[in-house]
Amino acid sequence: MVATRKLSAFLAPYWYWATLAPLLMVLEVAMDLMQPRLIQHIIDDGITPGNMDVVVSTGLWMVVVAVIAVFGGVGCTIFAVLAAQGLGTDLRATLFGKVQSFSFGNLDKLETGGLITRLTNDVTQVQEVVMMVLRIMVRAPLLMVGSLIMAIITSPQLAILFVVLIPVVLVILIRVINRSYPLFGGVQKRLDALNTVMQENLAGVRIVKAFVRAQHEITRFRHANDNLMNLNIEAVRVVAVTMPLNMLILNAGIVAALWIGGVQVTSGGMQVGQVVAFINYLMQALMSLVMVSMLTMRLARAEASAVRIAEVLESEPEVKNQVDAITTFVPRGKVVFDNVSFSYNDANAPLSEQGRITVVPLSEQGRITVVPLSEQGRNNEVLKNISVVAETGQTIALLGATGAGKSSFVQLIPRFYDVSGGRVLIDDLDVRTIDEATLRSKVSIALQESVLFSGSIRDNIRYGRPEANDEEVIAAAQLAQAHTFISGFPEGYDSIVGQRGVNLSGGQKQRIAIARAILTQPEVLILDDSTSAVDVETEAKIQDALAQLRQGKTSFVVAQRINTVLAADKILVLDEGRVVAEGTHAELLASSPIYREIYASQMDSQPEPTPIASKGNGHE
Amino acid sequence: MSEQNSSRSAATQNQAAPELPPLMGRGGPMGMRSTMGKVEHAKDKRSTLYRLWGYLRRQRTAVTLAALLVAVNTFLALLGPYFLTKAIDDYILPGDLPGLARLCGVMLGIYALNSLFTWLQAYIMAGAAQRTVRDLRADLFDNLQTLSLRFFDQRAHGDLMSRLSNDVENVNVVLAESATQLVSGLLSLVGVAAIMLWLNPRLALVSLIALPLMMLLLMRWVAPRTRSGYRAQQATLGTLNGLIEETVTGQRVVKAYSREQKVMTEFAVANAELRHASTRAQIYGGFMGPLINFVNNIGLAIVAGVGGWMALQGLATVGSIAGFINYSRQFSRPLNEIATLYNSIQSAIAGAERVFAIIDEEPDLVDAPDAQSLPQIKGDVVFDNVSFGYNANAPVLKGVNLHAKPGEIIALVGPTGAGKTTIVNLLTRFYDIDSGRITIDGLDLRQLRKDDLRRQLGIVLQDTFLFSGTVMENIRYGRLDATDEEVMAAAKLANADPFIHRLQQGYATPLSERGNNLSQGQRQLLSIARAILAAPRILILDEATSSVDTRTEQHIQEAMRRLMMGRTSFVIAHRLSTIREANQILVINHGEIIERGTHTGLLAQQGFYYNLYHSQFRANARQAMPQAAHAAGAHTPHQELAAT
Repeated sequence: MVATRKLSAFLAPYWYWATLAPLLMVLEVAMDLMQPRLIQHIIDDGITPGNMDVVVSTGLWMVVVAVIAVFGGVGCTIFAVLAAQGLGTDLRATLFGKVQSFSFGNLDKLETGGLITRLTNDVTQVQEVVMMVLRIMVRAPLLMVGSLIMAIITSPQLAILFVVLIPVVLVILIRVINRSYPLFGGVQKRLDALNTVMQENLAGVRIVKAFVRAQHEITRFRHANDNLMNLNIEAVRVVAVTMPLNMLILNAGIVAALWIGGVQVTSGGMQVGQVVAFINYLMQALMSLVMVSMLTMRLARAEASAVRIAEVLESEPEVKNQVDAITTFVPRGKVVFDNVSFSYNDANAPLSEQGRITVVPLSEQGRITVVPLSEQGRNNEVLKNISVVAETGQTIALLGATGAGKSSFVQLIPRFYDVSGGRVLIDDLDVRTIDEATLRSKVSIALQESVLFSGSIRDNIRYGRPEANDEEVIAAAQLAQAHTFISGFPEGYDSIVGQRGVNLSGGQKQRIAIARAILTQPEVLILDDSTSAVDVETEAKIQDALAQLRQGKTSFVVAQRINTVLAADKILVLDEGRVVAEGTHAELLASSPIYREIYASQMDSQPEPTPIASKGNGHE
Repeated sequence: MSEQNSSRSAATQNQAAPELPPLMGRGGPMGMRSTMGKVEHAKDKRSTLYRLWGYLRRQRTAVTLAALLVAVNTFLALLGPYFLTKAIDDYILPGDLPGLARLCGVMLGIYALNSLFTWLQAYIMAGAAQRTVRDLRADLFDNLQTLSLRFFDQRAHGDLMSRLSNDVENVNVVLAESATQLVSGLLSLVGVAAIMLWLNPRLALVSLIALPLMMLLLMRWVAPRTRSGYRAQQATLGTLNGLIEETVTGQRVVKAYSREQKVMTEFAVANAELRHASTRAQIYGGFMGPLINFVNNIGLAIVAGVGGWMALQGLATVGSIAGFINYSRQFSRPLNEIATLYNSIQSAIAGAERVFAIIDEEPDLVDAPDAQSLPQIKGDVVFDNVSFGYNANAPVLKGVNLHAKPGEIIALVGPTGAGKTTIVNLLTRFYDIDSGRITIDGLDLRQLRKDDLRRQLGIVLQDTFLFSGTVMENIRYGRLDATDEEVMAAAKLANADPFIHRLQQGYATPLSERGNNLSQGQRQLLSIARAILAAPRILILDEATSSVDTRTEQHIQEAMRRLMMGRTSFVIAHRLSTIREANQILVINHGEIIERGTHTGLLAQQGFYYNLYHSQFRANARQAMPQAAHAAGAHTPHQELAAT
């Protein structure tokens, strides 16, 4: 219950409601306990002696007591709900805020699907339990303690029975909890697995349909579904033992009380009334205990959720602002990589408790195994001892095979990850000393996978600078060659983009993402293979437009197509995490065999230059 | 009757779908609104319960057995007070200790049976309930598989996920925990009522009329509020979950633009809405317990008052009233239980409604009843005056005609958004055309079975998608019965083999969700291998190599050439160099084919393709002759292109 207790701190702001609810519950219980006394009174003093006045007045008192009780009950409900909802809302907000503080490394580790379940299902679970605790957890112990005291007062001899009964019940409870707790944890994991299948089918619906794999997916789902069901049945059945066992003990206690009481009565040691009263109290006390035990089961189930929530809350962002991080900072745009090494290793280490498919660290570093044994310590390094200087206003292009480390390189500049060795400097300041938001407002990146958000196209372009006016938005869209197709939509810039931009083609999404990056007017602009889905003609136009924009700005361009990078001031050729060649196109063509190979692979298939085209470099 | 009603409203929903705005935002909430409209009538609530019952009925044996056990248990529990009275009156007071011992033995036996049956019934119900929920989930998923892409375009994934997890869980709770309690509660009520009638019919009638009457009045006030509250709660929960899913999925962009604060503000608004809706739902739901307690207490007062008067009038004995009051107090326990159950039943109904809404969603793209099965095709594809729009008011393709003969390579080129991918989407019949005809080997696509058609198509999409599972399993997705050797051969053809070997566990390397631990290019190689393995008659390569570096692409090209041999192939590529050998190049712009021909033929035309080709080439030429650049005059191809 450690995690649950930790989360109960979220109840603190609602302590008044969390206190009022049980207090009102006490009121309701007290009123309920008064009813038998009043009934006793109506029978003994009203009906038996035939006193109608007493009958009427006591009857009225019963109504009054009932009214007070209903106020207590309703009030308790209201305050318990307010407290639980407050806690749930805060918990969700804190979790969400925590996710916002995560670096890319944390996100790699926790996985989208898992995070979503934690934010939705798990929070709801905890919230429901809190409400139950506030309402029933108070009522049951109150009734139990009250009844026990009354039972002992009624008959101290018979009260000895409790010495036997209570430990037995406790032992059963503890054993069932210990057995069911891991089972419910397992159920959660299998639920995760089921959700993963569903999520993959939603995201990969085209592939499923294209390959006619509906039946295969249905089988896969059925498998996950059956797995979940079987463990669920097992878990529920373990818990199902508690109730009948406790009932048996309770009833055995009653029979024992009846027997002992009976013997006592015949020997004159006790009154019949005493025995009856004792049995009543015993029943009430043990019923409350059963109630508590059922609640404990719910708690055990919620604990699994609480653990998963706490796991997120306790994850430390891997990239954190320094205490004295620089917030006022106007860079000129000089970027220096000083002997930088980097590995995803720490970030991608699997969370053993998650039980999901293990994330084997190999994002871009598929080459790990070819590294000689002597270098084992740095096995997983994606970037190795990279030193590069980009002067203000320069355009740096990165070329290299799939998995060479190009994306990793550029993601270090806005500090999406922290380096494992060396330093990344902007204007001679280590990026780790600069406030994250400040840094990222100066460094803008169009990522490889262009994710758009639901909302209008305008809002998506303005994403990085919401205060931009329409002229600026249109100008950015024009530069990104997106204006024409946007204007073609019936609603133009107000067109709504579906979830994850379903109704735009890949190239259109990428162009909106580029416009989004341009609009922030960054000092350092990074295009991470962000025109791969754009047709060549449009891409050429984008390159031209960006060339003007790049004046006075430092830019980094990751590209597959060589014509994207030709105009660069400096081309870096990356291979297996190292810079293997560096220079302008002409220099590299002369000096780098790898570059020549890449060049040849693309130029091979090009036609002979026509006269018009060969003249066509003048505007550069 | 009720079934008719629900299917009719499902149909209305379907008709309404195409009229939704062209570029829909969070499809979830909008979809939900129609769901909400659907359940306004109490009739639908009954039909939801009836359908749930239909699911439960599949576990007939278990449910019947459990119900029997519940009945026996309820009876045994009602015996308790009787034995107590008997013990005191017949044995303790007369001092008959051996008799008392015997009775105690009988009681112990009965109690043991009671516990045994309770356990058995819980044990049986656990299986029945979980199986029912499993069926519900499976039906939801199965129907999802029948729905067309149009449906998925319009729904927020978060909302669909929420139906599978949250809503089904609500149903689960009711079936697993509440159903038997409900039955035993109702049976106890009947039992107690019978005993009360037996003790004092007149007094029983008074309380048995007064109690249900008050209860009914309360229900009428609380129930609709609770139900609408729960519905609002589920709807806002869907919205919030949609927001969470979208944000968490795009988390990297959020970070890149330092939008954390903004996103948190948006979240706070949705979160506050959920809090508001939930608070309302839970409070109204929570009223039930105390209110029933209240009614019961008032009932006690009535019984005491009226009973007292009757005793004074000589209509009842004091003893019978005392007993009567005791039993009428027993009335409250099951009532209270049922009241608590009422909440979870409400949210289960709301959840079931949302699950059924998906199960009822009718596929808008179904095989014709007389659909033919497709024999091994030659691969002759004809588009005959085909027009299509994802939305009625925005045509994407206008009067497209094309004819691909078996074994031909057809290249589709044109600016982004011109409609190239759409042509492919129609050929795979992801969507149905608005007008015109598409035939394969002379057979209209709409007369064929979708699955037969797609089985003969191999497709590599722009947006690569991998499933969780090993590398091996992901490639095998193309042909499930392929041997390991065949998988590896396909990987070699796609040139994926070298990088797979460098992975720590080779082909057994597990891929994480969406294949995030591979680079985009590596993922694309795997999806190419997957298509190669499928060995289709018609091959579709939609930007299959756009994320693969050119050196790798060189290697793939060769493999692709081999793959395309003898197959009709549709190739969409931005790198025009990759399509020069195509038999036909179709240039598409604004949804129309504006030029067609071979590479050389189109170049000779000096039209759109010519410009497209040279714009790509221009950049290369720029560095092909760097020195010439300085020598060249102000005349640029860029200006020329602009002029055309």
